Amino acid sequence: MTMNNQGRPTTAGISGATLPPTLSGDHGLDHEEKLIFELGRDGMCGVDVPEAPAHTARLGGIERRRKIGLPGLSEPEVVRHYVRLSRNNYAIDTGLYPLGSCTMKHNPRLNEKMARLPGFSDLHPLQPQQTVQGALQLIQELMHWLMELTGMPAVAMSPKAGAHGELCGMLAIKAAIAARAEHRPRVLVPESAHGTNPATAAFAGFRVDQIPATGDGHVNIEALRAKLDTDVAAIMLTNPNTCGLFERRILEVAEAVHQVGAFFYCDGANFNAIAGRVRPGDLGVDAMHINLHKTFSTPHGGGGPGAGPVVLSKALAPFAPLPLLVSDAHGLRLIEDRSALSGDSDPFGRMCAFHGQMGMFVRALSYMLSHGADGIRQASEDAVLSANYVLSSLKDVMTAPFGEGPCMHEALFDDSFLNDTGVTTLDFAKAMIDEGYHPMTMYFPLVVHGAMLIEPTESESKESLDRFVAVLRGLAEEAKAGRLERFAGAPHYAPRQRLDETAAARKPVLRWTETKIAEAAE
Amino acid sequence: MRYLPLTHDDRTAMLARIGAKSINDLFVDVPSAAVIDRGRFALPDGQGELEVERHLSRLAAKNLSAGSAAFFCGSGAYRHHVPASVDHLIQRSEFLTSYTPYQPEISQGTLQYLFEFQTQVAMLTGMEVANASLYDGSTATAEAVEMARRITRRAKVVLCGGLHPHYSATISTLAKLSGGEIIAVPRRPGEREELAHLIDGETACVVVQSPDVFGLLHDLRPLAEAAHAKGALLIAVMNEVVSLGLIEAPGAMGADIVAAEGQSIGNGLNFGGPYVGLFATREKFLRQIPGRLAGETVDAAGRRGYVLTLSTREQHIRREKATSNICTNSGLCALAFTIHLSLLGEEGFARLARLNHARAVLLAERLSAIRGVELVTQTFFNEFTLRLPRPAKVVIDALVEQNVLGGVPASRLFPDDSAAQSLLIVAATETNSTDDIDSYARALAKVLS
Repeated sequence: MTMNNQGRPTTAGISGATLPPTLSGDHGLDHEEKLIFELGRDGMCGVDVPEAPAHTARLGGIERRRKIGLPGLSEPEVVRHYVRLSRNNYAIDTGLYPLGSCTMKHNPRLNEKMARLPGFSDLHPLQPQQTVQGALQLIQELMHWLMELTGMPAVAMSPKAGAHGELCGMLAIKAAIAARAEHRPRVLVPESAHGTNPATAAFAGFRVDQIPATGDGHVNIEALRAKLDTDVAAIMLTNPNTCGLFERRILEVAEAVHQVGAFFYCDGANFNAIAGRVRPGDLGVDAMHINLHKTFSTPHGGGGPGAGPVVLSKALAPFAPLPLLVSDAHGLRLIEDRSALSGDSDPFGRMCAFHGQMGMFVRALSYMLSHGADGIRQASEDAVLSANYVLSSLKDVMTAPFGEGPCMHEALFDDSFLNDTGVTTLDFAKAMIDEGYHPMTMYFPLVVHGAMLIEPTESESKESLDRFVAVLRGLAEEAKAGRLERFAGAPHYAPRQRLDETAAARKPVLRWTETKIAEAAE
Repeated sequence: MRYLPLTHDDRTAMLARIGAKSINDLFVDVPSAAVIDRGRFALPDGQGELEVERHLSRLAAKNLSAGSAAFFCGSGAYRHHVPASVDHLIQRSEFLTSYTPYQPEISQGTLQYLFEFQTQVAMLTGMEVANASLYDGSTATAEAVEMARRITRRAKVVLCGGLHPHYSATISTLAKLSGGEIIAVPRRPGEREELAHLIDGETACVVVQSPDVFGLLHDLRPLAEAAHAKGALLIAVMNEVVSLGLIEAPGAMGADIVAAEGQSIGNGLNFGGPYVGLFATREKFLRQIPGRLAGETVDAAGRRGYVLTLSTREQHIRREKATSNICTNSGLCALAFTIHLSLLGEEGFARLARLNHARAVLLAERLSAIRGVELVTQTFFNEFTLRLPRPAKVVIDALVEQNVLGGVPASRLFPDDSAAQSLLIVAATETNSTDDIDSYARALAKVLS
């Protein structure tokens, strides 16, 4: 038995192999938690809502006649339930989260505090505009930051996430093409692109045409040129790209695209590598969404909410969707319909109700003000430095398909170092869970075999990176040495072992029902 | 900079390991023409927490927050009391700072609450299945229309006149891309709509909002019958889901898809976002659902657990053939919804709905008793429309001077409709005290006198 420095045993023994199972089914801090529907009892309530005073109902005969089926719980029971659930999650606050392409950086709590100021959080989107001038000013300030950092003349603020921003950008492109009375049904998308790019182009009514990558992870310009013609509406290119590389021939790409009258849509998911150092506007970009939940640190929240403002070039700016924010003698004003338009403005429509993700705007601006232009540049540089440090520290034991030159903010590996070991990318990633890490992005981008995309971000100390590198080196060496116990069936120390995804998809159970309990009891 | 842990020495040591002389060596692929010098941006340098807080607090203080006035706005966003524990719980690091649950073994917290959320949404709407949320009610509605068109392979989309105009605009933006034909029924505030004659063999779906944008409640059953008779789907839309504590679920009235704004449970007004789109439908349409789905399964040790499932519908697998391009959704807002609804439970939710209705009935009685003011919507939940003797916008602006945010002038939503000028849409919730209602009635009488 090993001892820690206080002389206490450190052997876990939680696998239960040598110890009897616990009586409760729980293990120390690790509690099994039922579904909320399996807790509580009729009549209990965790909110003291008074009974309505006597009144004559005006519901017109469509009153609810059957129960909804919600359980009744007191406040402490609900709080305990969700706190216990939370403890089954990995989070950036609990450890390095190297998900490439996703940018899991530190989420400052100042941003949370600012977003909760009642002067922002307790505003109705349609209250009179003279009562929300401070909110409009905040949006205007954020717009200034976004336009300044990207070197672009306009920005549409309403898109609610990255993919929504992509759609917004592609719709602006579609409108610009329609205004020129042209027919351009085709959109070029590199094979290394995020899935949202082809999905967006298709959603926007375009035909997707794939461009191959070169052997060194860049877009193949010759193949691109061959596909460019006057029926091409746009190219959707991620830069830095999903292999973690800056497209070094980006200016040529932009020029070639513009030469045939097409537009350059840039997926801005990786803007965090270059913010403060490179302006997309100088690269010939016509439209780019910015994931405020990546580059500007608004929390991912287990899958959202995000925000995806889109910066637009002069050619696309007139087609930005409603609402528009303008400044005039009376102060700031939202233009919410076509009848109030002026100048060359010709919005393609509306992306959603109201004016965008205000709560995320406050957080993002809070982050920008904290960093300043100098700090944003430093953050980008640290993100790139950290990724290169990981790449350099691992490329002798893992295989970096494009490891000759520097990478940007992500280090890409493939699975050839695992050849003949019997360990797959998936096994390797799941073994990382047992070591206390969230796995990197796996099997993406699609252009390399068994991809592992590591994005350490600027939020990690050198000590943290060194520890992470040591663990990955150790795992790579274990795999190569044929010591496979830790890989087979990993993870062993997580709240759950591998879950049967095939069964989940074959016979989907997407909600709790009372009958299921009865069946289970049989 | 307080968020950046690397020291100067760290950076030097790291560059040495990499074999780079300076950070510039790592940016060699950037064309030199595109490199920006330090100080080229018209932006300030970094600031401490205190300074940032001071600046943003000053902006916040320029706004009239709902809680500091007598407040009666609705029209797609509702002010309800959110219990303190909701906001505390969603700020748990493990919820707030986790990613989409792609690694289920260490994401059971998120996956289980999504499963609970889906169950709650399905229960509330009276539908068989629900997804793990979309961005908001408007985008959920637009996705519902696209789904109906995929299922029926038809082009025509009939929109009721009482649909929130931002929702209609969002639908139109998407539908015209894929060759959809939008038939918008003329608005008749406060009146039942005759849509049945517009439904034919080319109709993909009928989109009906209840309570509608004027607050009027609609019995969906006749419309569901009319739609189904022609092979079309009925999409039921809701802005205010608290109404479901009191009125019949759309699923029980024949809706095929329910698309709703979930903000009013667990989520604040936030000047319009982030909100949470609810999306529910029949099990037979499962494989056409947009967005994420959490499903139940077992782990290798036979223990119950949850995973994201049926992802072959989604963009990261299906790419250009996906049912939607959505990736990030409204996870944390869905969590707030789930926790708030769990706190309320069956009884609390029904009581909350009754209280909202009672407040609105009292407010409608008080306001419509004022000379010249007419109640346009005879049946409603917690929102109704008044016809005023003067343009509603002028009245609302005058009410601000009395510290009353008295509702949304219909002209803000329908600026090109002269008949809407005199209409005012007013909402009341449990947050309105009798004093608020008195203040409003007094202020309105004064403004109109």
